[in-house]
Amino acid sequence: MNYEKKWKAERERAAFLALDDGTVFHGVAFGAKKDTLGEVVFNTGMTGYQEILTDPSYAGQFVTLTTAEVGNYGVNSADTERRALFLSGLVIADLTEPSNWRSEKSLDEYLRENGIPGIYGVDTRALTLHLREHGNRKAYLCVGEWGTGNGEDEAIAKAREWEGLDGQDYAAKVTCEKSYEFRLQTSDLGLRKQKSEALSPKSLPHIVCYDFGVKTNILRSLASWAKVTVVPAKTPAEDVLAMNPDGVFLSNGPADPAAVTYAIENIQKFLGLRSFSTGLTRFTGLSGATPQNPNSVNPVNPVKNRIIPIMGICLGHQLLALACGAKTARLKFGHHGCNHPVKNLATGKVEITSQNHNFAVVPESVPDCLEVTHVNLNDNSIEGIRHKTLPAFSVQYHPESCPGPHDSNYLFRQFREMALATTSKP
Amino acid sequence: MKRTDLKKILVIGSGPIVIGQGCEFDYSGCQAVKALRKEGYEIVLVNSNPATVMTDPEMAEATYIEPLTVDSVSAIIRKEKPDALLPTLGGQTALNLAMELKRSGVLEECGVEMIGADADAIARAEDRNLFKAAMGKLGLDMPKSGSAHSLEESEAIAKDIGTWPLIIRPGFTLGGTGGGIAHDADEFREIVSRGLEASLNHEVLVEESLIGWKEFEMEVMRDKAGNAVIVCSIENMDPMGVHTGDSITVAPIQTLTDREYQAMRDDSIRVLEAIGIATGGSNVQWAVNPKTGRRIIIEMNPRVSRSSALASKATGFPIAKIAALLAVGYTLDELKNDITEVTPACFEPALDYVVVKVPRFTFEKFHGADTRLGTQMKSVGEAMAIGRTFKQAYLKAVRSLEAPLAGHDVASFDPWFRAQLEEIEAFRKFLASQKNLLTGFTGLTGLMSKDNHVNLVNPVEKDREASLLLRQAKVFGFSDKEIAAAIGSDEITVRNNRLALGIRPEFGEVDTCAGEFEAKTPYYYSCYGFSTGLTRFTRLPHPTNSSNLVNPVNPVKKKIMVLGGGPNRIGQGIEFDWCCCHAAFALRKMGIEVVMVNSNPETVSTDYDTSDKLYFEPLTFEDVMEIYEREKCDGAIVQFGGQTPLNLAEKLEAAGVNILGTSPKDIALAEDRDFFRALVNEVGVKQPPSGIAHTVDDALKIAQEIGYPVLVRPSFVLGGRGMAIVYHEERLREYVEEAVKISEGRPILIDKFLTNAIELDVDCVSDGETTVVGAILEHIEAAGCHSGDAAAVTPPVSLSKETIAEVERIARTFAERLHVVGLMNIQLAVKDNEVWMIEVNPRASRTVPFVSKAVGWSLAGVASRVMAGEQLPTQLPNHQTTKPYFCAKEAVFPFVKFPGADITLTPEMKSTGEVMSFGVDAATAYYKSQAAAGSPLPHPGQGGIVLCVRDEDKGEVVELAKRLDAMGYEIWATRGTSTALWRAGVESNALYKIPLGSPNTIDLIKRGKVKWIVNTREEGESAAHDSVKIRAAAVAAGVPVTTTLAGFAEAVRGIAADASAKGSVPRSLQEWHAS
Repeated sequence: MNYEKKWKAERERAAFLALDDGTVFHGVAFGAKKDTLGEVVFNTGMTGYQEILTDPSYAGQFVTLTTAEVGNYGVNSADTERRALFLSGLVIADLTEPSNWRSEKSLDEYLRENGIPGIYGVDTRALTLHLREHGNRKAYLCVGEWGTGNGEDEAIAKAREWEGLDGQDYAAKVTCEKSYEFRLQTSDLGLRKQKSEALSPKSLPHIVCYDFGVKTNILRSLASWAKVTVVPAKTPAEDVLAMNPDGVFLSNGPADPAAVTYAIENIQKFLGLRSFSTGLTRFTGLSGATPQNPNSVNPVNPVKNRIIPIMGICLGHQLLALACGAKTARLKFGHHGCNHPVKNLATGKVEITSQNHNFAVVPESVPDCLEVTHVNLNDNSIEGIRHKTLPAFSVQYHPESCPGPHDSNYLFRQFREMALATTSKP
Repeated sequence: MKRTDLKKILVIGSGPIVIGQGCEFDYSGCQAVKALRKEGYEIVLVNSNPATVMTDPEMAEATYIEPLTVDSVSAIIRKEKPDALLPTLGGQTALNLAMELKRSGVLEECGVEMIGADADAIARAEDRNLFKAAMGKLGLDMPKSGSAHSLEESEAIAKDIGTWPLIIRPGFTLGGTGGGIAHDADEFREIVSRGLEASLNHEVLVEESLIGWKEFEMEVMRDKAGNAVIVCSIENMDPMGVHTGDSITVAPIQTLTDREYQAMRDDSIRVLEAIGIATGGSNVQWAVNPKTGRRIIIEMNPRVSRSSALASKATGFPIAKIAALLAVGYTLDELKNDITEVTPACFEPALDYVVVKVPRFTFEKFHGADTRLGTQMKSVGEAMAIGRTFKQAYLKAVRSLEAPLAGHDVASFDPWFRAQLEEIEAFRKFLASQKNLLTGFTGLTGLMSKDNHVNLVNPVEKDREASLLLRQAKVFGFSDKEIAAAIGSDEITVRNNRLALGIRPEFGEVDTCAGEFEAKTPYYYSCYGFSTGLTRFTRLPHPTNSSNLVNPVNPVKKKIMVLGGGPNRIGQGIEFDWCCCHAAFALRKMGIEVVMVNSNPETVSTDYDTSDKLYFEPLTFEDVMEIYEREKCDGAIVQFGGQTPLNLAEKLEAAGVNILGTSPKDIALAEDRDFFRALVNEVGVKQPPSGIAHTVDDALKIAQEIGYPVLVRPSFVLGGRGMAIVYHEERLREYVEEAVKISEGRPILIDKFLTNAIELDVDCVSDGETTVVGAILEHIEAAGCHSGDAAAVTPPVSLSKETIAEVERIARTFAERLHVVGLMNIQLAVKDNEVWMIEVNPRASRTVPFVSKAVGWSLAGVASRVMAGEQLPTQLPNHQTTKPYFCAKEAVFPFVKFPGADITLTPEMKSTGEVMSFGVDAATAYYKSQAAAGSPLPHPGQGGIVLCVRDEDKGEVVELAKRLDAMGYEIWATRGTSTALWRAGVESNALYKIPLGSPNTIDLIKRGKVKWIVNTREEGESAAHDSVKIRAAAVAAGVPVTTTLAGFAEAVRGIAADASAKGSVPRSLQEWHAS
């Protein structure tokens, strides 16, 4: 390699990230050559950049990876959580070339192919501390010319004008277009062999998964013991019911849970807090999502006399809480990383968890019908809830990992037991 | 919850510093002892190493500086009756000793519970067969292997595996002693035989070779509730085949995908569960095939290890402290993260930096040793560096070494690392080619307007380019010195231009959480970023200002910087770190804020709570200056960290650093031959005639004038590097030719060598007016053996009152004349009741911790107070030079790691560590020190003694042999010695010279018939001589060798004294001091 050229080229590819509060971070552009807007968040995980890039929950966000070197193991086709990339851009300290037997291409190449811009050489620690002090910020990434004073001011102004993520329904932007059955790939088959007991394919429980931006490993985790149908975020509860599910799964997803009102209403129907309707226009024009009396619940689903178990993860967790009458609010800078200690209050055991969320359930708002099952030991925020009388539970963190530790895999087994207990199939 | 049924806990240290077991176990022991005492437990501590902070009398209720042997520790257990024994913090030594104590039945007898790891778990982890069975049950992949107890068994296994090369590892040893890689049958037989001997249970493992595979480690903590976390992951740059201790290592793991990483994490935790580690820290090592990803478990250590010390320093997670607290019943979620003080210890640290550790080798000390790296560890120290990128960390680590990075085959590195290193090389060349662009900087300073900010954001095109280039070089990780070398400039010029451009480092924090939470413990590293200094914060303050910058707790508080010693090496190790720690302790007690700078991850000085602020940085002018200016220190202490900070002293002073204590000028003056000679004459001390040579002819002329033998050495070195006694012209010629190379143009000093003189080490403290002599050490070996290698006793045994008074007078006068403020060490020789001056060092010496333990007060602590401005007499607790007890020091050598190297003691220092012993008389103390040093002298009936001495020693040997004969020892002797003995009426078995037939000494060693060899050497012998082979065989078999008559005489007296003191109750340090 010609290093003189490389250094010169780096000087020519100067780029900057302008925050809406007037702070500007300099670096070198890579990936796709296009300017973007987004909210800046940081993730403290030390592995798993590929999983992070492909996680739809990051839609509309610039992900700052605090880990020092990124790109070291390249990109492979197996570790994607979604085929399309939804994030606004990647912000890192150093970009490196891959060394791993699974690597198929470099990170730079991958971002270019997927139209996502990146910036490296950024003082990511200074940026992270800034976000810690001042909260997540709206920002504009400029990968064009080295910023003159004017360019920076324009960028700052653009960041300010951007609508941001609050009150935005991004789930609708990243969900699948139509429903489909998720099947394990040949490369995933080991999973089923390992994790599933002797269940014949016919007797597999049927799980319907609402896709608010679902990560593939959630589907893999479910499909290791179930038949999985993935449905678009706005699929009416009635349609799902018609699929005769043994369990409904609420996926992770981006942005503000309170904006996803249709999902909240659907969940209330499964919980028996709201009646299933018959008309086709049933979801239009609804404003609030809070049921009148969340504590007086009819636990039995009016249709088929069955209680359908529900499990939620991340956005799905927030939606379940909202459906039961709790409130959600923004955390100052969210939880994004792979090292968060979460205590399971029932067993007393601590799980090291993978996390990625900006909103959380407000502790004071938790209604009597819900029980807090998991708390974050760093800040005591709510990490898991369970309905006291119905088979419904959810966690704020990511038991499917990818990236992150596998300590919480047991939650999928828990869901499986619920689904099997209520399944009506022979 | 904390256990309340335990009151008193016995903690075992790791003994002397040896290769494979450095000062990291002082660091871990200190953490554990501090934590347990804070919880209200009473601590009984045993360690034979006086240079440790853990053996300071304040650290435990009862401290025993006694040999780490079953006999000695059993006696302590019977006396102290502890409730529990914590064996997991003193390295392999403590773990092995604990297992032996368990087997001996003393634990059961006294009702002592082993906490931290039980004997079954230790056995499962350490015994290769049990380990293999346990891993097999987990379904983990393992290399094809088998363990053998004989050569025949091993050959059968080799045949089974069917491929070369093969790895041979002995069971139950430290640092991979005796292991190796065999490429063919001959090599195989040799290594297996060596391995069988080195193994405590006479067992070797023969294994499929994984050479070239990627190597990883995970540091796991587990509590009794089953919570488990990975504190740190480490990737080795050197592949499998190079001992981890000798590998360049990187944290966190760099080249594994999340899937691979998490699978390794799951399995690491399962390994702890399967082995049965109920609580504490362990490290699990893995190999990954770089082409297929096949992952194999290598081993696990059921204890705090060298890697855990590195992991602690790399992440800020205090593994040893937490391990100790888990052992007494806490769970991880009940403990707080010390760095953030709000989040729990039950988490996995997130790093937003890269940590690189590089090993420090000292092959130059061991002529003839094999310098190839393999499965046997050979490095004596390490440097760690933290950077925002790998390149920054790597370049910093390498410049922390103060030596070229020896022994590494870059071609074998992982491709990712290799690419990074190639880039570093290419950039060096690139920098060199950019001479014109960079030298343009000098003109840049003039172009700077009053408003630097505007100029940097909108610089004119040409200067902007140059300034960006300099920034790129700094972001890359190059030091000012390296840039200067590349562009043909000098360090100061580059530095001044860099400062003028406002290119300064950012200081990142080691905060365990990548910035997610505020860190309360200030622990810093420097780094450069593209944004640094350029980042625009027009509407908000710089974010790092809000939490991370210098906010003195009390603005009037005085602030003093203490410079550490960098990586351990022979001649500069734990003793100097002990001094630095004591400086920190003493100054903090005075209410002074202490800023510590060091790059050695093994030390107590780099523990986050030793100082007020810790900078994990290289000890170079550039790095130290950035910290000094950032912290606005009131002064710096350079005389405690050994030669490393002393070498910086004058440059730092010139740049405006206030050097505390003896001035750099006076320190340099002590090295000035003319000044010193005049001073010696004036004070009225004899000095051997000497001269300075720059060329071979000079040297020969001087030697002729003063007469052979002569002592020769390059000036300004520590540890006697390159020092030798030369007996004739031919050797002198050779020496000077070679030495000119090593000393980089500095002159060679030639002294007349005093034969058969008693050598003394004197350590004192002075405030410039008053001087207190801490202690006088009398060497057991005659002058000529390096003072760091010599055994010594204090108080002196063979000096008259008048001589002692003269020695003290000399010390006081020199301290006064050299304006010493702080510590001073003097080396003297006494011959025929006359005192001769050898040298004066106005700085901390290697013997300061030993002397402090002997006299009961910290010389380094007192010296620090003096340097901070206090007067001497006000604070000495009734000091007296004579005590009703004696202390002995013995050195420990790494010869067993360097087969082929000559083990004779010379003026060049070779020992890695030392032990201390107390006794009511000098002989008992000396005898105990031999056992403590790992070469216990045999009792009668345990084995024979071989005597083989040069002619001039024969007269004295006869007398000593008579006494041994009377005690019932079986004596073997070589022909000449045997004849001499026979004439004196002492019966002995005659031995042949080696080439002449059997029985000879080597046969006896191999047959285990001989347990002690006394072998004094003829002058000027060639390396091929018998005695070299004998010593080499003895070292390999662990048979003690006494190489001086003085040592032999002291040993015989000690054996007699020990026999009469049988069954006496051991006394703690606190008891000795009170006596």
